[in-house]
Amino acid sequence: MGSDFVALSLPPLLIGLCASMACALPGNFLILRKQALIGDAISHVVLPGIVVAFLFTGQVSTWPMMIGAAGAAILAVLLIELIRRVGRIESGAAMGVIFTSMFAAGVLLLEQSDTSQVHLDVEHALFGNLESLIWLDAEGWASLFQIKALAGLPVELLRMATVLLAVSAFVYIFWRPLALICFDEPYARTRGIAATALGFALVTLTAIAAVAAFDAVGSIIVIAMIICPPATARLMVNSLRSQVIYSQVLAFMATVLGYMFAGYVPLWLGFSNTLSAAGMIASMSGVFLACAALFGPHRRRNI
Amino acid sequence: MLWSALSLTLGYNATLVTLGATLLGIATGISGTFLYLRKNALISDAISHATLPGLGAAFLLMTGVGLDGRNLIGLLGGSAISAALGLMIVTWLTTKTRLSQDAAIGSVLSVFFAFGVVLLTVIQALPAGRQAGLETFLLGSTAGMLFNDAVLILVLGAITTSILVLFRRPIILVSFDSTYAQTLGISPQKTDYLVLAVALAVTVIGMKIAGLILIVALLIIAPVAARFWSEKSDTIILISAIFGGLSGYLGTAISATAPGLPTGPIIVLCSFVLFLVSFLLAPRRGVLAAARSFWVFQRTVHMTQGLLSIAQNQPIYEPKTKRILQRRGFIRADGVATQAGRALAAKTLLNERRWSFWRNKMQQTGDLDEPIVYSLVSIETKLTHDQIESIDRGLSEEQQERV
Amino acid sequence: MTNFALIADNGAFVEKNVDLESAALNIQGMTVSYGSDPAIYSVDFNVAIGTLTAIIGPNGAGKSTLLKAAMGIIPTVSGQVRFFGKPLSKMRHRISYVPQRASVDWDFPATVKDVVLMGLYPSIGFFKRARPVHLDHVHSCLRKVGMQDFSDRQIGQLSGGQQQRVFLARALVQKADVYLLDEPLAGVDAATETAIISVLKDLKKSEKTVIVVHHDLSTVKDYFDHVLFINKSPIAQGRTAKIFTEENLSITYGGQLSAAKSGLAGA
Repeated sequence: MGSDFVALSLPPLLIGLCASMACALPGNFLILRKQALIGDAISHVVLPGIVVAFLFTGQVSTWPMMIGAAGAAILAVLLIELIRRVGRIESGAAMGVIFTSMFAAGVLLLEQSDTSQVHLDVEHALFGNLESLIWLDAEGWASLFQIKALAGLPVELLRMATVLLAVSAFVYIFWRPLALICFDEPYARTRGIAATALGFALVTLTAIAAVAAFDAVGSIIVIAMIICPPATARLMVNSLRSQVIYSQVLAFMATVLGYMFAGYVPLWLGFSNTLSAAGMIASMSGVFLACAALFGPHRRRNI
Repeated sequence: MLWSALSLTLGYNATLVTLGATLLGIATGISGTFLYLRKNALISDAISHATLPGLGAAFLLMTGVGLDGRNLIGLLGGSAISAALGLMIVTWLTTKTRLSQDAAIGSVLSVFFAFGVVLLTVIQALPAGRQAGLETFLLGSTAGMLFNDAVLILVLGAITTSILVLFRRPIILVSFDSTYAQTLGISPQKTDYLVLAVALAVTVIGMKIAGLILIVALLIIAPVAARFWSEKSDTIILISAIFGGLSGYLGTAISATAPGLPTGPIIVLCSFVLFLVSFLLAPRRGVLAAARSFWVFQRTVHMTQGLLSIAQNQPIYEPKTKRILQRRGFIRADGVATQAGRALAAKTLLNERRWSFWRNKMQQTGDLDEPIVYSLVSIETKLTHDQIESIDRGLSEEQQERV
Repeated sequence: MTNFALIADNGAFVEKNVDLESAALNIQGMTVSYGSDPAIYSVDFNVAIGTLTAIIGPNGAGKSTLLKAAMGIIPTVSGQVRFFGKPLSKMRHRISYVPQRASVDWDFPATVKDVVLMGLYPSIGFFKRARPVHLDHVHSCLRKVGMQDFSDRQIGQLSGGQQQRVFLARALVQKADVYLLDEPLAGVDAATETAIISVLKDLKKSEKTVIVVHHDLSTVKDYFDHVLFINKSPIAQGRTAKIFTEENLSITYGGQLSAAKSGLAGA
């Protein structure tokens, strides 16, 4: 656990942690608003977003793709809302129509465009490449205090940390109105809260967190982390504040344990290959949820 | 090229694929309608994602015991088992814990899918795994469709959809009013299980063609599109089947015309076009028709209210009402009513008085169960001459009493 | 020319040319529709300051719709809403709305105190935590509805009547001048009904205005001094003593009257 760990495992782990926590935080409010599946929808439409961005710029560069993905996510949210209201379609079905169609368009565009030389495929968007985010300049724990070495950290880390910070700030600032629109949206409106705008801001921020995360860790983690840690926390505690704190702790633990199980345990058991870290982290959050659903002190409905 | 694809003359394999996809579209269109009517459309998302670990596990198991890991029936069997497990967990989470259905669906689909991905990485590490080609199940592939596969889809699709069609009465009853259905001895739980089982079967069958992500689209889009065209459940089911079949047929035909047109996405996009057409153009429920009738309604309301204000010498407050009346020449720019405006206002007031007299009489005798707003239509179009005369007699009697 | 206008030609006259400033709530020509099927049509409704008004009518008559539209929660096709002569946007802090109890998920992770504090939201501000003065105020409002011992109770563990009282307490902390309550007495126990009515009567005594969507015809005369009969369009409105007549009841309820009246003693 020396220099190898710092160079090869610490950065992906930290990136994974930031991603998981940034997704779990808004997830708390989404599940209370019964919008949990918006994360699922968002992570599917990321694909057309990045493909379109690629077609425009002709290269695989981070920012255009992030913007493309975020744009697609926001477009999807708007379209879902539009057809739900205007066409009077139930929200689940509206979501299903839009995200599957956009995903199909993404796959088609991908096939049509010449992306054979670049690493841009469906699997990448799904699975991410957490394991490849290494810190080549690190020579041991001491590197954490060397400015020159720190400059060589994967950019994903800084980006993900910034997003985590932004999401936390949003939740902190808008805590009361967020709680109010989750509990009683019509009442919130009568108190002069711009409920529609706030709800949209919540979804947009989730989309930004999801898009920043998918590049590093793939969309599997995104969907799992938006839903599982908050859902687990909801079965364990009974106040919004503790639910949010628990969800963060659970996201943290799922990431650490999942990463370990994917990267180390197979090697200790004598296998030569590691497993998908993203898949394992998400699976771990599912294990936590299963435990909470079986034994959580507040697993049952009050009413 | 497109024509020969459409007319099924593009060769044996292409014809097979087209037929298979059309049947799949019909089967998903029908079973998806029941999910949609039960407000359960996105459960298909959980079903399809939950197939992945079963797919991987089946491959590992079959390879482990020395069989060909790519055996389609084995793979589909494994998928069906894990999808069923996923469905049971969704149901259990929704009924036994405080989690709402969307959270239950989301957690099951993400965790199952993630675990499936872990299994895929295990498989890729195996010597036999590199050629497993399990990734094709993610996005679907029709390239290697065999005659047996088509027959499998045909037989299973026919069985499952005919089960649904046979049991459609109780299922529709439950979707409409589950409490009432229960009093008739129909168990909502059982019909739900039946619908889910069929949806599961169709998902597993269709995975090979459409891929497990896009099969969701087939189960959702055609039913949602069909809903715009009718209020009768039987008709919706029929239209949904037609839309689904049409998407499968057109989709495969178009995809056969050029390289780089993957079948699954093209089928989905075809059904999306059908959705878009329905969404915009369907009579009554379609957006354009609804917007138009709302617009007409709004104008009528403002006209009627404005004219009543004129007839009763009251000021008109709303700018919109003023605008509408002015544009039609019933008031002048300074708000004073014109000759035509006064005449129509008097007529409107008479209509209003006749209607409310009629309504009060009907309500008092208990002959009018539903509260209905009549004032917006001319009474002459609804009641007979004699009825109106008797209303007028009543009105003048009332007037005299008051004086 | 008479100062009276006909709303419905059944003998129920309503003063239309009232002084807007003196009306706590004034609604004119309000129509709300879902698609082109009107939920309420051409409603004129005037509520004087310091009154306790019931809105009554059969199911689907648009009672709740009227309140929601007045509070700007749902869009209207036509009509104007004035509180004390001014539009809602300028009067929000003086208006308090109590939605139907069933409209929220009571399994939400919050305590009674949390919910009542929501009523103070704009005055607490974004960053600040609730100060002792706020908590004192919350407790005094909980005492008014007889829920002072439940302040740290999980809302999911409350009975229906207790939930309704918490909602009322949330409205009270606002110290508003007009209170709009949507079916506050639906499905509550007798103790809760007594508690709520006594709070509402106290509000009226201190010159507040209370408007209640109500369904129980047998208690209208005891609880409310004014009443609005509505069945999509207004049928009659005014003092309960004058307006609450058999004729208006039968016009409003029509064929449903016998069902609605079960329990209506000698009205």
